[in-house]
Amino acid sequence: MDKLIGDLKEQIAVQLKLKNIKPEDIGDDEPLFGAGLGLDSLDVLELIVLLKQKYKLRVTNPEDGLKVFRSVRAMAEFITANRLQNT
Amino acid sequence: MKTYIRSAVTISPQKTFNNPLFLNELASHNDNRLTCIEPDYSEAIDPKLIRRMSRIIKMSVASALACLKDAGIANPDAIVTGTAYGCLEDTGIFLTNMVQEDEEPVTPVAFVQSTHNTIGAQVALLIKCNRYNNTFVSGGASFENALLDAIMLLTENNTANVLVGGMDEITDMSHIVLNRLGLYKRQPVSSLNLFNTNSKGTVNGEGAAFFLLANNPSPNNLACIDAVATFYKPEDIAEIKQHINSFLVSQHISCNDIDLLISGNNGDVTSDKIYAQVQQLVFNEIPLINYKHLCGEYPTSTAFATWLGANIIKNNNIPAQLNNSNSPKNKINKVLIYNHYQNIYHSLILMSSC
Amino acid sequence: MDNAVFIVGVGVLSGIGNNVAECLDALEKGKAGIDKINYLRTNHRDLLPAAEVKLSNDELSVICGLPSTTSRTAMLSMIAAKEAWDNSGVNKLPALRTGFVSASTAGGIDKTEDFFTHFLADKSKGKLRDIINHECGNITNIVAEKLGIKNHISTISTACSSSANAIMYAARLIKNNMLDAVIAGGTDALTRFTLNGFNTLLVLDEQYCKPFDENRRGLNLGEGAGYVVLVSERVASLLKQRPYCALSGYFNANDAYHQTSTSFDGDGPYMAMAGALTMSGLQPKDIDYINLHGTGTQNNDSSEGTAIQRLFHPHYPKMSSTKSFTGHTLGASAGVEAVFSALAIQRGIVYPNLRLDKPMVAFSFAPETTFSKQQDIKHALSNSVGFGGNCSSLIFSKL
Repeated sequence: MDKLIGDLKEQIAVQLKLKNIKPEDIGDDEPLFGAGLGLDSLDVLELIVLLKQKYKLRVTNPEDGLKVFRSVRAMAEFITANRLQNT
Repeated sequence: MKTYIRSAVTISPQKTFNNPLFLNELASHNDNRLTCIEPDYSEAIDPKLIRRMSRIIKMSVASALACLKDAGIANPDAIVTGTAYGCLEDTGIFLTNMVQEDEEPVTPVAFVQSTHNTIGAQVALLIKCNRYNNTFVSGGASFENALLDAIMLLTENNTANVLVGGMDEITDMSHIVLNRLGLYKRQPVSSLNLFNTNSKGTVNGEGAAFFLLANNPSPNNLACIDAVATFYKPEDIAEIKQHINSFLVSQHISCNDIDLLISGNNGDVTSDKIYAQVQQLVFNEIPLINYKHLCGEYPTSTAFATWLGANIIKNNNIPAQLNNSNSPKNKINKVLIYNHYQNIYHSLILMSSC
Repeated sequence: MDNAVFIVGVGVLSGIGNNVAECLDALEKGKAGIDKINYLRTNHRDLLPAAEVKLSNDELSVICGLPSTTSRTAMLSMIAAKEAWDNSGVNKLPALRTGFVSASTAGGIDKTEDFFTHFLADKSKGKLRDIINHECGNITNIVAEKLGIKNHISTISTACSSSANAIMYAARLIKNNMLDAVIAGGTDALTRFTLNGFNTLLVLDEQYCKPFDENRRGLNLGEGAGYVVLVSERVASLLKQRPYCALSGYFNANDAYHQTSTSFDGDGPYMAMAGALTMSGLQPKDIDYINLHGTGTQNNDSSEGTAIQRLFHPHYPKMSSTKSFTGHTLGASAGVEAVFSALAIQRGIVYPNLRLDKPMVAFSFAPETTFSKQQDIKHALSNSVGFGGNCSSLIFSKL
């Protein structure tokens, strides 16, 4: 799980072009939206693309996205749970 | 009613941004591709907002914000932009991803930002401007259409000032394509030597220039814009001459009243023949300077020319490196820009001292 | 400044018809043009319905007289613009200063896509003729030249409000005595670029869209072109036929909230509608019909509906989204809908909002669900809301 969280932080920083933020500075449980990193609805869509391209998982509804992308840990848990379902 | 240029800012292939000196030294480019000398954008734009911005958006937003600051206006009454190519980099990124991923979902930001009105919209979003917002994409007349829209707005209700800009960018892909279309010199030339090459082809250019236009004077106006006109694919030199003469008559002036002509010669022997003929038949003895060795050839280059003309009028001085033997001796009151883009779009912009 | 501007010609081409008569017939019969994608080569053809114009590029070429290798966007534009121009009778008047103000979001990108597939693999490949008219401005030029219009040619691109701004700009050129007659409107062809772009934004409905329905799922894309011919009062008096209506008000505002979403309170659409009303000297209760932007997305219909509630309550006019017929034609939408609005006034008709099963519970108004005739439509309002916060409203009035 830790490796996945670490990888996700790097991938998020690249996908969302977070140039001013070091991946390791993103908290595992820090809210990605609203007060935390301050991402917005377009970033949800970018993260949906990231999930599809890197992890072959689909989120089709942006509202589900807000739950899945609540934090890096929430993303990692979603990936882990759905990877298990696929195997 | 006069149209005053209260401020003018450009990011260009010259050191024009944040430079208190007016073209005191000229930058030379040697690869047929005059790319902008760009500032550190984190000083001009909130770093948190920069992350999504492509190069042309950064260039334009930085210029626009600086232009507003120089004019002392936080929120203009309208924002009008002109761009022929729009956000090319984002268009290219989205197209590339779409093809490579075979139409699977790809980055949405590139798609959203590929729309031509993104620049004007970004500026509005940053300063929370709810007023009139428009974008022209009329090829080599895009900036002129934006100017005309702005001038009309200033005569209409509730519009005392308009932020107007012209911008276009070079991307690796666009340069390759335009080169394949035969637009540029076959061999690399030094841009400052452009008018001595005596061969076909020009050099590629880019830039973003913004102006704050107002319908009332202020102590620090640069110049006034008297009139803008465009005409499309003239049949021959006679028709060009007719358009120019009609323009001068409409402004109640003759060629003798023009102190300086800023000409759109671009170093291509075929293209520049038109300017030579027009010079001979119409403009004759008027002192002339060129500008495309400074910014390159691109559809909205007249935005750079307008910045140049406005500063020349304000300083009553042509920068030494642009001077030629035919320079005006007296006060520079009226400056005319005459440009054509690929002999398709022809334009005239007349400026005067306020 | 001469204040009156009249609409004396209309032309339209969309998923529901290849000209005005066919579109009107479909609107009356409730026949939507949304279907499985048939003409565009795309991997999404079985997944995403769209309202394509029911003509191949070869067929369009025969009708418009342009080569079949021309951008589809240009061919659609040519057909609708010519219909409007011929319909107006202005082309028969001598010595007029004429203009063409067109709008598009995609421009020639349908051909650029073809070029790109080869170019990406090898930078020396790809047919240059496919890239040469990539720019929106070039599409306008192709049509202007074929129509013989030279005094003024310009192109506007402000996403989904593009054509509305083109119509506004054209009206102002006339009022400023720079032109006597202008064809104004817009065009957009369905392209892989826009289809995939909107798909990435997760705003497309995989079924037929339901604008202003509580259970709406998103929009369907469409394609087409719509133009009106605007003239001054002086020129209108020279024509035999009566104008369709006057363009009595317009306004361009920016929501300045987000790149793609409209503010929850619908500030942008509110300001555009209110501004147009102020300009026309009308009160909200004077409006008899609203042609909604009504894309069918959660965000648009909610914001636009909120703005309508704020401005019109309790005097709600009849309203409908004709995008339930034509899909969202992007840069062409305001032009297509201007034509429909002008016809609504001239013929006294109101169009239905198709597939409205459950009106939005947040609002105390609902769009019309049937086509009606013999309506006294004195004033019609048409809304457009685009990416980048660009909101524009047009008001058309009976003479």
